Amino acid sequence: MHNLTLAELVKGLQSKEFTSVELTQHFLDRIASLDPAYNAVITVTAEQALRAAAAADQRLAAGNAPDLCGVPILHKDIFCTDGVRTSCGSKMLDNFIPPYNATVVENFEQAGAVVLGKTNMDEFAMGSSNETSFFGPVKNPWATDSVPGGSSGGSAAAIAARLAPGATATDTGGSIRQPAALCGVSGIKPTYGRVSRWGMIAFASSLDQGGPMARSAEDCALLLNCMASYDDKDSTCIDREVPDYTANLNNSVKGLRIGVPQEYFSEGLHPGTEQAVRAALATLQEQGAELVAISLPNSALSVPAYYVIAPAEASANLSRFDGARYGYRCEDPKDLEDMYCRSRAEGFGEEVQRRILIGTYCLSAGYYDAYYGKAQQVRQLIQQDFVSAFENVDLIMGPTCPSPAFKFGAKGDDPVAMYLEDIYTIATNLAGLPGMSIPCGMVEDKPVGLQIIGNYFDEARILNAAHQFQQLSDWHTMAPEGIA
Amino acid sequence: MSWDIVIGLEIHVQLATKTKIFSGASTAYGAEPNTQACAIDLAMPGTLPVLNKQAVNYAVMFGLAIDAEIGKVSAFERKNYFYPDLPKGYQTTQLEKPIVGPGEMEIQRTDGSSKKVRIHHAHLEEDAGKSLHEGNFNSSFSGIDLNRAGTPLIEIVTEPDMYSAEEAIAFAKKIHSIVTSIGICDGEMSQGSMRFDVNVSVKPSGSDTLGTRTETKNLNSFKFMEEAIKREVARQIDVLEDGGSIVQETRLYNGETKVARSMRSKEEANDYRYFPCPDLLPVVVSDDQIAELRRNLPELPDARQARFVEQYSLSEYDAGILSSDAAMANYFEAVVTTCNNAKLAANWTMGELAARLNNQDLSMTNSPVSAEQLAGLIVRIADNSISGKMAKEVFDAIWAGEGSADEIIEARGLKQVSDSGALEQMVDEVLAANQAMVDDYINTDEAKRKKKLGGFMGQIMKASKGQANPQQVNQILASKLNELL
Repeated sequence: MHNLTLAELVKGLQSKEFTSVELTQHFLDRIASLDPAYNAVITVTAEQALRAAAAADQRLAAGNAPDLCGVPILHKDIFCTDGVRTSCGSKMLDNFIPPYNATVVENFEQAGAVVLGKTNMDEFAMGSSNETSFFGPVKNPWATDSVPGGSSGGSAAAIAARLAPGATATDTGGSIRQPAALCGVSGIKPTYGRVSRWGMIAFASSLDQGGPMARSAEDCALLLNCMASYDDKDSTCIDREVPDYTANLNNSVKGLRIGVPQEYFSEGLHPGTEQAVRAALATLQEQGAELVAISLPNSALSVPAYYVIAPAEASANLSRFDGARYGYRCEDPKDLEDMYCRSRAEGFGEEVQRRILIGTYCLSAGYYDAYYGKAQQVRQLIQQDFVSAFENVDLIMGPTCPSPAFKFGAKGDDPVAMYLEDIYTIATNLAGLPGMSIPCGMVEDKPVGLQIIGNYFDEARILNAAHQFQQLSDWHTMAPEGIA
Repeated sequence: MSWDIVIGLEIHVQLATKTKIFSGASTAYGAEPNTQACAIDLAMPGTLPVLNKQAVNYAVMFGLAIDAEIGKVSAFERKNYFYPDLPKGYQTTQLEKPIVGPGEMEIQRTDGSSKKVRIHHAHLEEDAGKSLHEGNFNSSFSGIDLNRAGTPLIEIVTEPDMYSAEEAIAFAKKIHSIVTSIGICDGEMSQGSMRFDVNVSVKPSGSDTLGTRTETKNLNSFKFMEEAIKREVARQIDVLEDGGSIVQETRLYNGETKVARSMRSKEEANDYRYFPCPDLLPVVVSDDQIAELRRNLPELPDARQARFVEQYSLSEYDAGILSSDAAMANYFEAVVTTCNNAKLAANWTMGELAARLNNQDLSMTNSPVSAEQLAGLIVRIADNSISGKMAKEVFDAIWAGEGSADEIIEARGLKQVSDSGALEQMVDEVLAANQAMVDDYINTDEAKRKKKLGGFMGQIMKASKGQANPQQVNQILASKLNELL
């Protein structure tokens, strides 16, 4: 059953080929037996899952159950789950049990999806390798000596290892697309404002966006149908009808204008990755898509701008973790300042502390204009690059990340090298655009991702192109050794 | 050496919205600690703010009331600092783009002259919670009550345009009067609904250069504010005259102990690292919305004062006092509508009632004597059913909850006797019973006779148990005595 796509599982459940309880038990068993090797899941909610599965089976038996009824999924441990520990990958929230659901969690609950548990992640979503998790790194199922990417590395690895057919994830600078690429799965970061941020623990509020991961574009479309919604609890959520993302998957790509930015094929790009991406573009071209060479001239500025804006916002967003009301508190604080300092020094990991310090510095009196102010101006320029590009093209495609999964510790001493992992993904977050990664090849026996960037609210077109590519390729159906 | 005083104010006004500025929790005062703090107010992970539209409307109404520019696009920023009563670790406030831009307001000095005070801007922000350092808490612990956290405020910031404590108080009272008149604040100072920060500096008389200022924070009564200003002015002059210099600092004044102390100096001041709040969109106020709010803006104190003079023929002074307090003005109008006697309505509202309420720490809105009841009393005073003296007794009885004026007059038999036949008989009886006094009257020089009338009046009022109409008795008595001459 674990080799079926999510779309096939939906059909199987609706046609009673198997029950949700059987399906759920199957994936719980897989998590129990396989996950010790990957560490993709932090919390397994077996009892709740089986209860939910039984309820889903009743709904399915009664007919008229929603599409995702009875389908097992995993939630990234950044989404608050009522009554279930939500750690955000941090010691700080190791003991935190929210009394509310994130809107995303609520949406899946309404749809009857069954939650198997919560996935591992870089601490507070800060990282591109999953090495910053308090719960230990996630291992890439394609090569367990290599990283799965981050921050949604747990979700990506779980899907690659067939521990669940779909998972939620979040993307602040590439945290859906980069691990999807490194683990050979499909993942889409929607337009900023498309998916509610209520109950999604904030890293950088103006950049954070939730989205689904699964094995195929079609499965992502099914999940996004449920995940996207207008939510008046999130002031930045946009009140706009959610289309059926599965409706146009079968449209032809004939005449589709695909922008290929020269800046995304620059030095630093692994030749194998470049080759795989160019081959994928050629496949689409053969189907009648038109490749248009474009330029996004300010691309090089995206990483520095991002590493001012995101830490600045994070420095404020993470101030609430002070040991006073919930979360980790140091032992025997001798006064208030001691409680603040030690709770935060002991509760946050190194990378989180580094970003809080960077952000605090960038916002400080005398530095604000040179850093935060300037970065916001750069952000405008980057957005303008895309607006101009989309006057001439329908989608933009390129590599998701510069190279396949690297080995653990390879970039451990060099934060800047780690930050460059997101060089192709960050710009879309700064612009608020939707972006997707789908598997498009293998290099050194590790997956390579094709990134597809769309115009605002053009998720359906991205998914359509991705689905069409997946009709012509089988990279997305490949499984790591010993998995299928 | 003589000194000029320069004062600027920052006034925090709690807006009278039912719910908080960014959450649905109640803003009601006085609940058990932490019972009105929801997940958003507690800054639980993943929670997000949603702006209360009524708070925006109230802020705009204030801007319209002082004829200020309205910020059509204003924005919230985060002001970062750690404190246990600030759950998010930042206060969501406005800095670069406040909702209310520059304006000005006229104040009256007690000598009748007036001056204009410029308002720099007013911005929307959330209140913090309260740290409780006293009470039952063990000395090494502090209690945190987050009920107030997230209560909407406007902070009104003036230019340093006030040159005495008197002017500062006049300004503060005028703001109180405006915000209560337009209904955006309940004005309950004792509950912290208005709090003042005063910036004070002194400079040699006539100098163009402002002196170094200090800021005394969180004064919650006009009295404390006046004391704090006067003490701070005196302290600064003392320091300067002793050859010292003023340190720019934030100070606290304890109204109970009358002691002021330094809280932190400029060097210790926080770097608040303001930046735009990414969780909130810019606040856009449309022209239609402004027009609508302007149309529905309740009458302002100055306009009300003018109308009271015009409509009810009150003196400027009386009209000014009544209109300075929205609750009092509303009460007065309710009384006058029923009794149709503006002069008496004004006297009783500002006089007996206000004094009594003040004594008992009550406000016009929770007066034990309703406007209708006071009007009923005034009707009986005006138609001479009861004397002024009896009126006080009836008022006391109404206050005590004994019913309407008519019910009390009836129950206590207080109705004034104005029947001339009965009064003539009463006068005759008193004259007959006091022949010596009558003789004395007759034998007194004409110029001094009038003074002798009082003795007879006393007897007659006593005989009537105070119910005789004194004016009528006076007339009857005078004419009867004159007949004897």
